[in-house]
Amino acid sequence: MMEKTFTIIDKAGIHARPASVLVQAASKFSSEINLEYKEKTVNLKSILGIMSLGIPSGAEIKISTSGEDENEAMQTVTDVLEKEGLAK
Amino acid sequence: MSKILTGIGASAGIAIAKAFRLEEPNLHVDKKEVADKEAEVQRFEAAISQSTTELQKIRDHAKEELGADKADIFEAHLLVLSDPELLTPVKEKITQEGANAEFAMKETADMFVTMFESMDNEYMRERAADIRDVTKRVIANLLDVEIPNPSMIAEEVIIVAEDLTPSDTAQLNRQFVKGFTTNIGGRTSHSAIMARSMEIPAVVGTKTAMAEIENGTLVILDGKDGKVLVNPEPAVVKDYEEKKAAHEAYKAELAKFVDVPTVSADGRQVELAANIGTPEDVNGVLENGGEGIGLYRTEFLYMGRDQLPTEEEQFTAYKTVLERMEGKPVVVRTLDIGGDKELPYLDLPKEMNPFLGFRAIRLCLEMQDMFRTQLRALLRASTFGNLKVMFPMIATLEEFRQAKAMLLEEKTKLEQEGTAVSDAIEVGMMVEIPSSAVMADVFAKEVDFFSIGTNDLIQYTMAADRMNERVSYLYQPYNPAILRLIKMVIDAAHKEGKWAGMCGEMAGSEVAIPILLGLGLDEFSMSASSILPARSAILHLSQKEISEFNEQILRMDTAEEVEAFVRNKFLKK
Repeated sequence: MMEKTFTIIDKAGIHARPASVLVQAASKFSSEINLEYKEKTVNLKSILGIMSLGIPSGAEIKISTSGEDENEAMQTVTDVLEKEGLAK
Repeated sequence: MSKILTGIGASAGIAIAKAFRLEEPNLHVDKKEVADKEAEVQRFEAAISQSTTELQKIRDHAKEELGADKADIFEAHLLVLSDPELLTPVKEKITQEGANAEFAMKETADMFVTMFESMDNEYMRERAADIRDVTKRVIANLLDVEIPNPSMIAEEVIIVAEDLTPSDTAQLNRQFVKGFTTNIGGRTSHSAIMARSMEIPAVVGTKTAMAEIENGTLVILDGKDGKVLVNPEPAVVKDYEEKKAAHEAYKAELAKFVDVPTVSADGRQVELAANIGTPEDVNGVLENGGEGIGLYRTEFLYMGRDQLPTEEEQFTAYKTVLERMEGKPVVVRTLDIGGDKELPYLDLPKEMNPFLGFRAIRLCLEMQDMFRTQLRALLRASTFGNLKVMFPMIATLEEFRQAKAMLLEEKTKLEQEGTAVSDAIEVGMMVEIPSSAVMADVFAKEVDFFSIGTNDLIQYTMAADRMNERVSYLYQPYNPAILRLIKMVIDAAHKEGKWAGMCGEMAGSEVAIPILLGLGLDEFSMSASSILPARSAILHLSQKEISEFNEQILRMDTAEEVEAFVRNKFLKK
């Protein structure tokens, strides 16, 4: 199991477009990938789950990956978050 | 049985085609108990896969027609269709409770819709509509009901709808949509303005089009007389085919004036410019011999998406328009949002009187990051053509000064960063609030030009909501009150050696043109399709002769009197 914390820097928070990219990336892995925000945990492979948190700019989120490909999964999610200008 | 409906002719021309109703389908769902749960799950999965295929087609179509950023939303819709958080509860309801798939889908969807609607963020509340949209498609497929999709139309049709929103009209395929008719709306509603910019006939405000016209019925639209002929007799169809041919011949006749300068019979030259919303509209401007762009409505860059456009996106759009106009004047109006034009992602509170509220320059002066991004994009594009920047909804001199100061600050910053900016950018304002018309002599000392926005100027002067059909009689462009304000603005500009234009609907109207020419208007900006008729009219009018009647016209009692006088005096052949 791996864990990493990020701060959302996109002014609009996690909105539909980057959320889509995130879900598409996460869905390629067999590991369980979760996002935790304000003590709520959702499946990162679920766009409804992510959107339902209404994550605003400046929020602290925690990503956790667990499973066979957890290393690659964490690396890819980190890359997407940074490349999309979503988080640091 | 043939029938004739009457409405408001919003865009001239004749269209003859089958009706295509754009309406909400009936997706009523009853709860049932299913015996074969396995088969029901399979039926659900089949509906999901059918919906996925449909959405992929729509996404690809949107990508081609509207660009990748407009297609992004469908990418998100597709992910909802494969979302385990959505699919699992539906399947559980089927297998555990024996619910029918439609009902299970609806209950699960409603749960998410309620959850999103109760969030304290406007953007997220809007996403509830996305969930409804996607799940509606699945339910429709389960019920075997067709969902109309305007972007997928592949034969010639006339759209019949209650009303068309700007995003509906943006989805229409110009190749096949020959015209449209709606139950509600007036000459200045968005759908009417869009129809004129798409140059397709439209009849709005028929009140009964949806009740009287079935899918596939043959319909004739007469956009000039505001008539809709439903299921016409063959003889009538033939009659209208001839009228249509005559209208096209008239257009061909007008086409001769494309490259002719706009000079009145007594030698006064004016500029005939066009109003546009997107860079693609430049095609229509050039085809119709526009001598410039008098109003580039930049808000379309901001609409129909889920976040603000970047500086780079805006720069590209402005640069494209400036380059394609090859040095002809391009007046760009800075963001005019608010009123009837909303941007959900800005999360602005609802207002009791949006037209009198937080909109246009008022909003831009407060949301400075957004405004400065637009100004920077404009300044960077300025070296690619003849840019003029115009601020909307200026009520006080202070607002104009603030907006102009920000423009100059951004210019200095860009120059310090080593970016070239033109030194010849004119900075002007819209005159649409009576206070600025009355104070035009003071404003004229500081602005480079005025452009009179008549739709709002009339609405604010007459205190009549232009979206409200019951007070539409007060929309009186020829009311002497309006004409006097217009004269004040033109005279004030000329006294300071500045120019005055008009970018409202009025500038292209048959009766207004002689009056405005007489009052000395320098620039007339209108829908591209109105330019050639306007030019052919001005070539035959004498500015000097009309101006001798200025005082007499401004002293008339009513709009009717003005109109009758102008028709009788200047429009009789």
